[in-house]
Formats: sequence, structure tokens, C-alpha cells
Amino acid sequence: MENDTIITDTIDDSEDIHDSGKHDTADTKTALRTINLSVKFFDKLAIKNINIRVKKNNVAAIIGPSGCGKSTFLRSINLMHDLTPGAKVYGDIYVHNEHITDNNVVDLRKKVGMVFQKPNPFPTMSIYDNVAAGLKLNGIRNKSLFDETVEKNLTYTGLWDEVKDRLKSPAISLSGGQQQRLCIARTIAVKPEIILMDEPTSALDPVSTSKIEELIINFKKHYTIIIVTHNMQQAGRISDYTAFFYLGKLVEYSRTRRLFTNPREKLTEEYVTGKFG
Amino acid sequence: MQESDIKISEEISTKEIRSKRKPGDIFFENLTLLFALLLIGLVLFIAIEIYGDSAESIEHFGFSFIFSSDWNPVTEKFGALAFIYGTIVSSILALLISLPVSIGVAVFLSEIVHKSVRTPVSFLVEILAAIPSIIYGFWGIYVLAPFMASTVQPALSSLFGFLPLFQGPIFGTGMLTASLILAIMITPIISSITRDVLKAIPVSQREAAYALGATRWEAIKMALLNARSGILGGAVLGLGRAIGETMAVTMVIGNKAQIKASLFEPAYSMASVIANEFAEASGSLHISSLIEIGLLLFGVTFIVNTFARILIYSVTRKT
Repeated sequence: MENDTIITDTIDDSEDIHDSGKHDTADTKTALRTINLSVKFFDKLAIKNINIRVKKNNVAAIIGPSGCGKSTFLRSINLMHDLTPGAKVYGDIYVHNEHITDNNVVDLRKKVGMVFQKPNPFPTMSIYDNVAAGLKLNGIRNKSLFDETVEKNLTYTGLWDEVKDRLKSPAISLSGGQQQRLCIARTIAVKPEIILMDEPTSALDPVSTSKIEELIINFKKHYTIIIVTHNMQQAGRISDYTAFFYLGKLVEYSRTRRLFTNPREKLTEEYVTGKFG
Repeated sequence: MQESDIKISEEISTKEIRSKRKPGDIFFENLTLLFALLLIGLVLFIAIEIYGDSAESIEHFGFSFIFSSDWNPVTEKFGALAFIYGTIVSSILALLISLPVSIGVAVFLSEIVHKSVRTPVSFLVEILAAIPSIIYGFWGIYVLAPFMASTVQPALSSLFGFLPLFQGPIFGTGMLTASLILAIMITPIISSITRDVLKAIPVSQREAAYALGATRWEAIKMALLNARSGILGGAVLGLGRAIGETMAVTMVIGNKAQIKASLFEPAYSMASVIANEFAEASGSLHISSLIEIGLLLFGVTFIVNTFARILIYSVTRKT
């Protein structure tokens, strides 16, 4: 495989995220790092040699036309491809300097949460049980801790006032936007370090979308967020860095402001100005 | 106020749509209605006919028919309790044996096994459902019953002999063997329904569990929880099949009208007694009593199904 490392630069050099192509174990600012990450579905290469570095407490957006490998990349970070028949992942992933292997996949997924495109609360569980589901999976059986976690995380996602009187009603009785915020509450209830979001607002109305965007911006204090979006305005509104994927390759990865105003690559410029896509 | 406005306008628009329907639509709608009514009519007709034919026995014995376990064609004393007991106990026991096995088979087929093995194994499981019950009966008499008598029942009685369930003479045939045959017969039904329900769970649900850090077993548990109403529905279908099953049960249950605590003892089921005695029934009271057993079988099936529906409803509604 040819190795086309993407040179990433930033506007201010003090926060350089230039990729040296080598893993630096002493690096404490980096939340996620991939080295030559490739994914194959059967014989088809879906993403090719992706080198990316996401700093802690940042929001990184991934944009690109349909089928460019955005979601494939995102789902390789928490090893979701393990569940897909025929999928093979090559290369190295480091989460907080820890090399990711198949051996500790359950622990990894507790550290790297995921929010999906379509809200997917557990339909047979109540609102309360949905938020507590992750804790139960961790073997916790402490009722008062459940109560505390549920209230805290529902408050954090702005749902508490809307649902506090009906915590025992089914999660699917909520509206789509509320369900998605419930899924976010469920994800953060297990205290992840990184949250992966796969087009979390594409199935939602504008009001719910802006609520979730607000959440993402607030989340930066505690989490690192990697979000796939087909909405360039959204990427512009919420992210610090943006990666532009095209045909399974990382074309450009820069500070969001730079990528949208003064991109280095001609292809990026054509995409963000709407010449193709 | 606004809501009622919307309702009114909705009513108007449905009315408008209705009045504009084409004759073909109206014809088709009424045709399907006719078929539906035909089915209900058929059930009612059967119920009325059976009731009419059992009138003599109902008049003669009244409610004691249900509460007596005396069955003697010579003295013309008839009571159905032993048959009702045999049917219900053998069916429920069959369900208890079959349900965990069926769920295991379904989980294996839908979650664990590789695609290349799944198709042939699924096919084999479904073939089990297509074997005629008389074949199961033969297999029960010539293979299962001797095996029960030589191995399973001695083992059970030496291990759990302190329980009245596993005491008494060992014949091979009897309640336990009948339940086992029934369990084998209903397993393909329950497992294929469970498998379909599990497969119908959207991928996004599985991913939600895995993304939270669920292990494979935990994700499967969540899927089963998700599918529970469907699994219970499959169990009801299987139970219905077990209650009505005649031939295989007749061949292995022992055909003795008695109520005994031991599962090794021979018993009798409602369908079996009708099949065994109807052709040779002499007096009109005997025939009428057999028909009344048919009526009761009808009733038992109805009650069990209703009960199961209520169970499913109460389990699914809670969430």
C-alpha cells in the first residue's frame, strides 16, 4: 500500500498537530491517533491510509460526499467493524496513547462512546433504564447511584425537565429529538473519554438539531468529540478541526476556520464551495 | 379548540375520499370482509354443532363431567377430568422442556453460527416440523420409550426419587415420554419463530448494546429481552399445537384414565381418548360424552390461548 501521509498544519504553530507518522508515547494532549488506518470490506478498500490526530477536548468534524468513508473511519475507532461480516481493519489506532487491539474491545467501547445516526434507545426499556443500561453492563447494582446518574445525565442533556415525571415510561414514547438526547445521555452515563457521533442530527428537526449542537459545544470541557456530518454549516458551527474525506482518502485535515475559508487543497475548496458533492 | 378543528377537517376529508372510491375498491373490500366473516362463522358453526351433539352427555352428567375422573363405558359412567389433566400437564411440561431448547437453537442460528452452517441447520430444524406425527409416534414407541425405560427413568428415579414426580413403576411409556415427544414436535415451531423475531431486531439495536461496551452474551441477552413478546407468541403457538396433538401422544402416553403425581405413570389425553374410542363407541351416551370431550378440548384451547395472550400483553405493556 502506498503511504500518503497527510501533512496537517494549523494557523497558530504553537498548537501544531503536524503528523510525524510516528507514535509519540509521551504525548498527553492527543486523544485519538490513527496511523495508516485502512478498512477493507471483502476485497473493496473503503478507506485508505488515514493518518489523523485529534487533540483532547476538541471537536473534530468529518465531512465529505456520500460513500467517501466518513462513517467507515468513525466506526473503525471503536472497532464496530468487528460486527460487520467481511470487514478488515489495517493500521494502528491509539486512544490516549493506548494501542487499540481486539483483546480489550469491551473496555475500549466503554471509553469510546458512540451516538448513531438514527436514535436507537432500547425499545423495551424505560427512559430511566436506558440511561442506566451502561452502568448495569458494568456490573453496578447500586440503586442510589443509578438515580444520581440518571438525573445528572438527563439534566446535562436538557431532558430532565421534560421527562422527570415519566422516567418509567418507555423510551420510544419520546419524540425523535428527545430520543437522540436520551441516547447521548446513555452514552455519557458510562463516562467515556471520546464520543463518536455518526450524523447525530440528520434524522432530526432544526430545533432538536440546534439543541444537540449546543450540547456538543458544551461537551468539549469533558470529552473529545469526533463527529461525522453531511452538513458543512454544522461542521463550521461546532468543530475545531475538520477533516475532508474523498473516495476513501483523507484529503485535508485543518482547523475548521482554515478549511472553510482558505483550504490548502483545490479539491477541498471545490467541495466546500459546492462545486461537487 | 384547534385540535377539534383538525379532527373535524380530518373527518371531512376521509368522508370525501370514501365517497370517491372506485367500484372495484368497494368490491374488493367487501370480498375480504366476506372471507373474514366466513372464518368466524366456521368457528361458531363448529362450536354450535359440537355443543348440540354433546347435549345428551351434558344433560346427563352436568358439571360433574368435568370434575369426575371416572371413565367406564361398561357402566356408562363418564367423567373427563383425567383427560383434561393429561392434556394440560403433558402440554405444559412439553412447553417447559421445549422453550429453553428452542431459544438456544434460535440464538445459535441467528447470533452465533456462521452463515454457511446456518442455512442447512435451519432447514433441518424446519424439516422436524414437517414430519407426520404418526412417525413421531412410531419413533416414540420403538426408540424413545425403550430408551426412557432403560436409561432416563432409572436415572431420574435414583437421582430425584424422593420427589413424588419420579416415583413408581417404570414402563417407558407414560406422561413424561408423551411430554418429551410433544417437546420435540413443538421445538421447530418455537425456535423458528424465535429465530425470525431475533433476526428482525434492527442492527442499530445490536450496535447500541455493543457501543455501550456489552459483551456478546450481554448483547444477546438484550436482544432476547427485546424479542420477548415474539418469543412468547411462538410459545403460545407451540402450546396450541401440543394441546391438540393426537397421534404421537396416543401412541406413547399409555392411555390410562387416571390422575397420578408420578410422571412415569401412564395417562390419557383428550384428543387421544376421542381417537381411540370414537370408532367403537357403542351407546349414544358414550358418543355424546366423547363429543363433549371435544367441546372441552375446544374450550381448553381457547382458555389457554386467551391466558397466554393476556400474559404476553402484560409482559409487553409494562415497558
